[in-house]
Amino acid sequence: MGGQGDMAFTPRDWGWQPPALTPEYRTTVARAPANPLLRLPPTPSELSGPVFGHGDVAAGDNDLLHNHAAPGQSAIGERIILHGRVVDQDGRPVPGTLIEVWQANAGGRYRHRVDGYLAALDPNFAGCGRVLTGADGAYSFHTVKPGAYPWPNSANSWRPAHIHLSIFGTAFAQRLITQCYFQGDPLIPHCAIVRALPDPAARDRLVARLDLEATVPFDSVAYRFDIVLRGRAATVFENRPEGM
Amino acid sequence: MAERSDRLRETPSQTAGPYVHIGLAPTAAGIDGALADLGREIAGDAQGARITVSGRVIDGKGAPVADALIEVWQADAAGRYGAEGFRGWGRVIPDFETGEWRFDTIRPGSTGPGIAPHLTLWIVARGINIGLHTRLYFGDEGAANDADPVLALVPDGRRGTLIAAPDGPDAYRFDIHLQGEDETVFFDA
Ligand SMILES: [Fe+3]
Repeated sequence: MGGQGDMAFTPRDWGWQPPALTPEYRTTVARAPANPLLRLPPTPSELSGPVFGHGDVAAGDNDLLHNHAAPGQSAIGERIILHGRVVDQDGRPVPGTLIEVWQANAGGRYRHRVDGYLAALDPNFAGCGRVLTGADGAYSFHTVKPGAYPWPNSANSWRPAHIHLSIFGTAFAQRLITQCYFQGDPLIPHCAIVRALPDPAARDRLVARLDLEATVPFDSVAYRFDIVLRGRAATVFENRPEGM
Repeated sequence: MAERSDRLRETPSQTAGPYVHIGLAPTAAGIDGALADLGREIAGDAQGARITVSGRVIDGKGAPVADALIEVWQADAAGRYGAEGFRGWGRVIPDFETGEWRFDTIRPGSTGPGIAPHLTLWIVARGINIGLHTRLYFGDEGAANDADPVLALVPDGRRGTLIAAPDGPDAYRFDIHLQGEDETVFFDA
């Protein structure tokens, strides 16, 4: 069964999520819908969602150091662990959900047919990984810290180091793609994509924190990035309807 | 509903960017030998009437959005989501030059009394800050579409943006307009 029953989700907070049109991020100008979103009542189409299992994810898919490396080789760069938990807005773990990540290599170059940045490709690094969350919602990736890279938003635009993440949850209404940044990166406040978020607290939520407790000594430093998916709507018995 | 003050706030969305394929469709990005693509088949060999849908995502200047990625989510022929052996989910990628995409699936059944058959589509791309939810209804389901409670919420002049035109036998055409006169209806789902 996809999803968990037919209980609705809390509406998205559109003062917290980025608006469609953020002109400082130039590509939004021609791609942002001009009309407001039309609110959908809860229907099975959004309250259900695809289910992924161990047939979709192999052991080692979350090890980007090795999942594209020649035998005995590994990716070049600062070795890191990116880990955290996926929970809903009530703090309940979201187990067994699929997380997919993609990122540039340590030099800031993507392995993609349209990336022509002059930084070198790493033959042992693809930059993609996937994992299913555990029973407690926990996930972990082993990878290299991505490099910053320039992009043609303005004459001098640089993306801070970041990893892209895609998360499913249990229902299509929870579907989410985001990016995490790294604590202390001076490029973060200058990035037009980060600044698409109107609330500084929302920007801060995307910064993965150094996590010395989770490092692997003499191997990899760790960063923690927790993810919150939409939660179930409270029942009318717990809360008054909106506007009352 | 009123927000309880102790509730966590949802993780903020960020654009999928131009390199989304590396993570969500590695083969299309040009990566071999790391991860297999998920979602290449929506319906697999499930029972049902086979259909093909083609279209483009079009920006406000009328240009095709060739770097988009679309996810499709649908019920099976009996109108059930996530039925045993039927995933009903897949990913669709435009041709990187022309922006044209197409996918094969089965015609979904009605998911409840009065509900017209439809597909749910979710569109991400560079320049889209948060994924866009829309629906595809079938142009040859006139009576069902007329009765559908979601289509009834859509202003008359925009309803057509959710309806795929028959385009030959068992085929439909569905262009998604991000902006402009024909802007597709997107939902706060
Ligand atoms: Fe990026």
